[in-house]
Amino acid sequence: MASEFTMRVWRGDLSGGEFKDYRVEAQEGMVVLDVIHTIQATQAPDLAVRWNCKAGKCGSCSAEINGKPRLLCMTRMNLFEPGETITISPIKTFPLLRDLVTDVSFNYEKAKKIPALKLKAKEADGTRRMYQDDVDRVQEFHKCIECFLCQDVCHVIRDHEDNKPEFAGPRSFVRLASLEMHPLDEEDRREFLKGDAGLGYCNITKCCTEVCPEGIHITDNAIIPLKERVVDAYYDPVVWLMNKLTGK
Amino acid sequence: MANDKYETHEYDVIVIGAGGAGLRAAIEASAAGVKTALICKSLLGKAHTVMAEGGIAAALRNVYQEDNWKVHFRDTMRGGKMLNNWRMAQLHAQEAPDRVLELEEWGALFDRTKDGRILQRDFGGHRYARLAHVGDRTGLEMIRTLQQHAVHKGIDVYMECNIQRLLKDGDRVCGAFGYWRESGKFVTFKSKATVLATGGVGKAWKFTSNSWEYTGDGTTLAADAGADLIDMEMIQFHPTGMVWPNSVRGILVTEGVRGDGGTLRNSEGERFMFNYITDYFRAETAETEEEADAWYEDKTNNRRTPDLLPRDEVARAINAEVKAGRGSPHGGVLLDIASRRSAEYIARRLPSMHHQFKELADVDITKEPMEVGPTCHYIMGGVRVEADTAATTVPGLYAAGEVAAGLHGANRLGGNSLSDLLVFGRRAGLYAAQYAQDLEGHPSPATDQIEQCAQELLAPFNNDGGENPYSVHMALQDCMQNLVGIIRAESELKKAQTEIASLKERLARVTVEGHRQYNPGWNLALDLQSLLTVAEATTMGALERKESRGGHTREDHPGPDPDKYGKINLVLRRKDGEFSLSAEPLPEMPDDLKELFEEGR
Repeated sequence: MASEFTMRVWRGDLSGGEFKDYRVEAQEGMVVLDVIHTIQATQAPDLAVRWNCKAGKCGSCSAEINGKPRLLCMTRMNLFEPGETITISPIKTFPLLRDLVTDVSFNYEKAKKIPALKLKAKEADGTRRMYQDDVDRVQEFHKCIECFLCQDVCHVIRDHEDNKPEFAGPRSFVRLASLEMHPLDEEDRREFLKGDAGLGYCNITKCCTEVCPEGIHITDNAIIPLKERVVDAYYDPVVWLMNKLTGK
Repeated sequence: MANDKYETHEYDVIVIGAGGAGLRAAIEASAAGVKTALICKSLLGKAHTVMAEGGIAAALRNVYQEDNWKVHFRDTMRGGKMLNNWRMAQLHAQEAPDRVLELEEWGALFDRTKDGRILQRDFGGHRYARLAHVGDRTGLEMIRTLQQHAVHKGIDVYMECNIQRLLKDGDRVCGAFGYWRESGKFVTFKSKATVLATGGVGKAWKFTSNSWEYTGDGTTLAADAGADLIDMEMIQFHPTGMVWPNSVRGILVTEGVRGDGGTLRNSEGERFMFNYITDYFRAETAETEEEADAWYEDKTNNRRTPDLLPRDEVARAINAEVKAGRGSPHGGVLLDIASRRSAEYIARRLPSMHHQFKELADVDITKEPMEVGPTCHYIMGGVRVEADTAATTVPGLYAAGEVAAGLHGANRLGGNSLSDLLVFGRRAGLYAAQYAQDLEGHPSPATDQIEQCAQELLAPFNNDGGENPYSVHMALQDCMQNLVGIIRAESELKKAQTEIASLKERLARVTVEGHRQYNPGWNLALDLQSLLTVAEATTMGALERKESRGGHTREDHPGPDPDKYGKINLVLRRKDGEFSLSAEPLPEMPDDLKELFEEGR
């Protein structure tokens, strides 16, 4: 059941590099990360790749496979035709460290700025009561494995490096939505969303939702409701409607 | 001062490892007001805790009022075949509920009961539904909650920083030395107290549920610093790992599948676990399928299904079925929930299993059974700690979580790991901070100590032996899988010792290509030092313990030996690279706790 493939893998760092071809045999059931590991063990021991769980749970092995942002560990080799050349490159939006590894500290810096959870007082009996229907929608956001593929694909920062200081990106919006919609939270993050987080930059093209390996409806369930909250707070709906109608 | 050659940081407390235990320790130390650093070899939030699925065991009593810490304590001790440190098991059972509720304060959103409290699920060896959970991704919820809490508290985090040596000032640990993966450059941390929270050792085996980080780093760091290790032979093989395709063999299938109604069957369709109920658990285990199935709904009038016997029992049973020729097509057994629960229920309760099997094995678990078999999952043994303070036997060094030993005895119950991380992570952070506050002056390592570490770490670049680190690793994994697996025997263990000795020689000849910047070949060459250390320790313990108990089964000594080995910990100490082994009596349980085991069921 083994098939041969040519893996065209980016090798290099910020000072330069090139794609190198490796001929590899893929056994039945293998994922792209298995093949990368085979290359490491047999042809290129210093090939840099970031990974942890190899089970789609940690979100470490993000890369671009034939140009598409994906997890290396959840991409089966049987998606490709035997003999095919498969191109593996590092995620584009963040600075390259080496080979397939990038500097994703942007995301950790953004996370530091998010206003934390602020819970309201406990019930009279000292407990916290929340109901499954209310936590369901927040649990969807908590599925995020921080693979940062949504950040990678988001054109606001992918194509415009200079937007990075002003834009927190889809991952941050998912986190912000989870806090905003926490049934017991009382913090107000609308000013932060409008200002520091740069929510207005997003023009809901849904690229982030398409690449999410956890299937989180980032645009529909996180970003749009957040935008509505900001609009409600900062834009008088009557004036907004008038502007719309008069085409301003 | 000590050494200006390398980047140096000074802290009161450093915590090595940023899974559940490390994060919780750092949060506690920082809250105590001492300058704290958290150091991890991956990115923050990627540690192995993220892969925990089923839940956190805590007697919250939200589902069963009858539950309390004493029942949890008893379950833990009996699950561990009484080899546990009783005091750790007591503290764990008493404090776990508070630690879970604390997570909720910090933002965790567990699945809910109808009256709005934290829902609890059934798991192996637990008398009542006890596991707080979020579907089957509880570990993700826990690590993210702790991570975000730590970030908001402003704790300094050093990511992708791989600690390789502990530094000492006389008999005290006074810091750590390692390298940045990104640049390959060295870094020194000077500290008053150091907490090890580095997790386990599973990467020494071929089929494992563990991530790449599980290379026994902390166990080795502690042993080399002079700390005692205990019961290193106690390895848990989780009964249900994926077995097919081969490339994903070992990936965990949560015990929650059985907790939520799934059952194990052999190739003849038989629920074979009924044939493997040992006398030890007979009184509390259902004898008929009817009783087992009724137990899910009514625990007062029915006994627990044998599908949920402790993990060591189930793993051995699966192993025996496969050996007897009643295995599944790819050498496991069948785990069936599809015929027992609705598709909607399965997708809601076990979303990540549903996704994992669909994506990686083309199996729809709402329609077909899964093929599962044992996978190396957890080490109960490890660094010996004082129960209350998590202090190791070396001053200034603390350990919590999987790297520490004692709580789980010879076998860990599912769900007791996440609670372990929280209870003893907190205690390690608290007592490390106190130690740092009480210490006068700042201990400091000698310059030549740091320079020697640096030279040792660079050795693979200067070596012309030509050995490939990946080949050495694979040979070790084959050795441990085949010779130090679920069922062990003296002749095989001796063979393993010979092989490990020859692998050590091969490691000395490992040559690394390229430069130091993010070089996985070099990183692996260094991790192999600790992998071989834990392999050696486990094999030594396994050879010495001439009985079968929990995570250690000897074909040539099939029963437990309650009078000899049931009363001792096997203690390993390392000096100049050589382990010596001794037997020391278990801590004596006080009479009021002993009574809990006398009243029968």
